[in-house]
Amino acid sequence: MSWRRLWVMARKEVVQILRDPRSLAIVIVMPAILVILFGYGVSLDLKGLPVYVYDQDGSQQSQDLLKRFQSSEYFHVARVVKNYRELTRALDDGSAKMGIVMPWDFSEKLGAGGPIQIQALVDATDDNSANVLMGYTQGVVQEYSSEVQAEFLRHRGMAMQTAPIGVETRTWYNEDLESSAFIIPGVLALVMSVIGAFLTSLTIAREWERGTMEQLISTPVSASEIMFGKLVPYFVLGMGDTIVSALIAIYWFKVPFRGSFLALLASSAMFLVVVLAMGFFISVLAKGQFAASQIALLTTFLPAFLLSGFLFSIDQMPTVLQWITHIVPARYYVSVLKRIFLKGTPTAVLYGDLVPLAIFAVLLAVLATRSFHKRLA
Amino acid sequence: MLARMKQMMIKEVIQVLRDKRTRFILIGPPIIQMLVFGYAATFEIRHVATVVVDYDHSQESRDLISRFTSSPYFAVQRQLNNAAELSNLIDDGQATVGLQINAGFAQALRKGHAAPLQVIVDATNSNSALIAAGYITQIAGGYAEEYQQDRISRTAPQLAQVVPSIELEQRPWYNPNLSSRWFFIPGIIGSLTVVLVITLTAFGVVREREIGTLEQIMVTPIRPAEFILSKTLPFFVIGLFDVSLIAAVGSFWFQVPFRGHFSVLLLGSVLFLVCMLGVGLLISTVSSTQQQAMVTAFFFIMPTIVFSGFGFPISTMPQWLQYMTYASPLRYFLVVLRGTYLKGVGLDILWPQMAAMAGLGVGLLTIAILRFHKSLD
Repeated sequence: MSWRRLWVMARKEVVQILRDPRSLAIVIVMPAILVILFGYGVSLDLKGLPVYVYDQDGSQQSQDLLKRFQSSEYFHVARVVKNYRELTRALDDGSAKMGIVMPWDFSEKLGAGGPIQIQALVDATDDNSANVLMGYTQGVVQEYSSEVQAEFLRHRGMAMQTAPIGVETRTWYNEDLESSAFIIPGVLALVMSVIGAFLTSLTIAREWERGTMEQLISTPVSASEIMFGKLVPYFVLGMGDTIVSALIAIYWFKVPFRGSFLALLASSAMFLVVVLAMGFFISVLAKGQFAASQIALLTTFLPAFLLSGFLFSIDQMPTVLQWITHIVPARYYVSVLKRIFLKGTPTAVLYGDLVPLAIFAVLLAVLATRSFHKRLA
Repeated sequence: MLARMKQMMIKEVIQVLRDKRTRFILIGPPIIQMLVFGYAATFEIRHVATVVVDYDHSQESRDLISRFTSSPYFAVQRQLNNAAELSNLIDDGQATVGLQINAGFAQALRKGHAAPLQVIVDATNSNSALIAAGYITQIAGGYAEEYQQDRISRTAPQLAQVVPSIELEQRPWYNPNLSSRWFFIPGIIGSLTVVLVITLTAFGVVREREIGTLEQIMVTPIRPAEFILSKTLPFFVIGLFDVSLIAAVGSFWFQVPFRGHFSVLLLGSVLFLVCMLGVGLLISTVSSTQQQAMVTAFFFIMPTIVFSGFGFPISTMPQWLQYMTYASPLRYFLVVLRGTYLKGVGLDILWPQMAAMAGLGVGLLTIAILRFHKSLD
């Protein structure tokens, strides 16, 4: 391999990237856009959910309980309705996420004693929000109930603790349960899939489609020089993007960074080799730009999004899918990212993920080189 | 005019279906994505790895732990001897939840004092952590309540009958089992359509431009409007075919109920496809190469999906982002999809969404056609 020829190839590629402003834009702006998009757009921190109230009792006591809902930041009592029909309609058209119905005999039973039932109709189309919403509602009602009981017993000369078991929860690594801290580190894997696989597969498929690849081959440049010359500029760009994304995450979104920056760079470099090799491999196999870019998205972006643990926990997937995630390189990278950012895991402990990542990088690089030689032959 | 358009459409259909890979892309990726998404996308939590340290060794502490053991949400894997071991397991990621019961737990309960339960949750995934913490509070609360009732009936049996208690009867409508799959699958139908139709349309037109066949077609007697119509109609049909294909997988494979009227969904799909064709055409007018088209399409597709409420409630986004969601046609289509699938509502509720899509569709298509004329000159 001649360094001079490699250098010339790389320079040609850089000129080509610089000449197409839109590709340049995607390389420069993309990481920022993706991080911001996911940082702001993907949040599960529910607040101010619209709740409708149907108070059949209309007493001081029922209003007391309803006020507790009002004072919670999760609920926003949007309207008080007078019948079930309005409630149903509001749930149907989505203007209410929950309807609370206080029974006719609420205050009466509070005085006389015995069980009282309050109804909560919840729009469970979005199961996750519904789950969280029902949890809060349950909490508010439980607290009220035990206060009422304590009051009742105190009047009859019996002392009772209102909350017998105090649950003291500490949430480690992401103390304020910020969605952005959970999501943003993984976005780096998405950024690299796009830069590495999607963009390179497009550019290289274009050379094939236009026949310029054959022209290159007829020059004295060797196959490996062509391959490396094409990929090195993207590697440099990808590393730059990693650093930019990490900086946005840390300084704009205030995601904690507790691990080693060196480990971040090393794992990113390995993952970048993986996606670049895949992008190259795909463009050698697929004929047109359309097919190449679609396959690149399907084999790198999609697994990085779905099967890496980026958003959805791997241990909650069906067993077969859990096995499949082991051959998804993004899985190891996302795991490293989350641990470096949030847990500050020492590098020595990260080897369990770094070693598979390195193996994938080597394997795929060999595969890409082989297939390229074969296609040229 | 019709004869010319017919010829043009025949050419178009042949062009799309001729290539084996393109044929595959129309069917393969949508189904694969649907399957992977359907299985992988879940926010539910089941069998969360849990470890326990019990310093109290009492009947009460064992009772409380057994509630966790028998819950489907937690898988109590080990009883540990000390708290240090517990933090190590959470640091390593081997356990997500740690419960610690300190000495004196039972004594406090028996005396009617507050007894603390220490909980540590790995909040790297803030969403799972939030939900797990909710379940822990519920389980502990349930145990506490029963313990309380027990105590009352032992010490003051006459009061146990009359003490008031307020129960919450929760009814999760539309999705009674709180299944994530039911929430995600209608959304996937929408987002897959976005990706497929936008890329196909943008590519179809730009390809002709790049290869130079667009000029050839323009010198034939065909008019620009006829050209656009006959160019987009096949993609419209393909889009409709893919919507039906994915919808069939959702209904028959994943058993998501369809409770509304088919005609309502069809109308929504048609309006939505018009929007997507408009976007695709618009992209093609601002791109001169396939690579540019693909990159631009990607820039459009990501925000369209993230801002649609596809996986995350729009109400949790910052206000300025919430305004932007109104520009995403997918936002409206998702309401139609979830409305017809899960809620079973009709046009009386969904008309605002239909109107919005119709407005956006006509607007986008008009701009696209005007721009297209210009890009020909």
